[in-house]
Amino acid sequence: MAELEAGTTRRARPLSPHLQIYKPMLTMMMSIVHRITGAELYFGALLLAWWLIAAATGPNAYASFEWFMSTLIGRVILFGYTWALMHHMLGGIRHLIWDTLHGLDPAKRELLTLSTLIGSIALTLLLWLIGYLANGGPQ
Amino acid sequence: MREPLHMRTPMRRVRGLGAAHSGTVQFWHQRLTSVAGIPLTIGLVLIVIALLGRSHAAAVQILGSPLIAIALLLFIINSAYHMWIGMQEIILDYVHGEKWKLVSLMANTFYVVIVTFAAVYAILKLSFGV
Repeated sequence: MAELEAGTTRRARPLSPHLQIYKPMLTMMMSIVHRITGAELYFGALLLAWWLIAAATGPNAYASFEWFMSTLIGRVILFGYTWALMHHMLGGIRHLIWDTLHGLDPAKRELLTLSTLIGSIALTLLLWLIGYLANGGPQ
Repeated sequence: MREPLHMRTPMRRVRGLGAAHSGTVQFWHQRLTSVAGIPLTIGLVLIVIALLGRSHAAAVQILGSPLIAIALLLFIINSAYHMWIGMQEIILDYVHGEKWKLVSLMANTFYVVIVTFAAVYAILKLSFGV
């Protein structure tokens, strides 16, 4: 029994084929992007915390935060955060639909995945347009 | 060979528990927090839009008003749990060594707790503070 147990644990088990042998597909790429955007939002939480702490600290701290967000790097980070938030939210809705076993056939799953990608880009641009107009628009 | 403590095989003891050794409860909680996250995210976006271009004094007044503060607190706590589970899932997928797995899982918890407490404290100060 002991020999048998040791033998079964040491024998090399067959491995399932990994990512690189598959042709990249939209559903697969967006699954990866869902995880990446999730990780981005994880670190983007620092931004949210900074914003709230700055507001709670006082006008100077708040001005520093606003200054950073007005720089090119700040704008790029905020734009990336907006898109990651929208994409992760729509991707999450897609996964919730799939959890109910709806929309899983080849045509529907491609359509759903494509619409979350287009939807996230459209929502991001819309939010930034609103932000641009709220900040005074073209001056 | 160790004496078996009971009749269950090692396979039976671990089956269904996964890499986190705690079953599927986090799978369910991840769905629960994702559903809650949809309206809360929309709320956050609306709050941020409402604050654009406003002075610090106006921003403080809005952030500290009860409904806004409650919406933000719910977003932060819900997101914290959601991202804690999510990062744990990523760590369990990619970090295989027991030592680094343990270190990463601890770092994940510390990070989430610190960021969450900081954000929650800020909102409470905006609501009740001087």
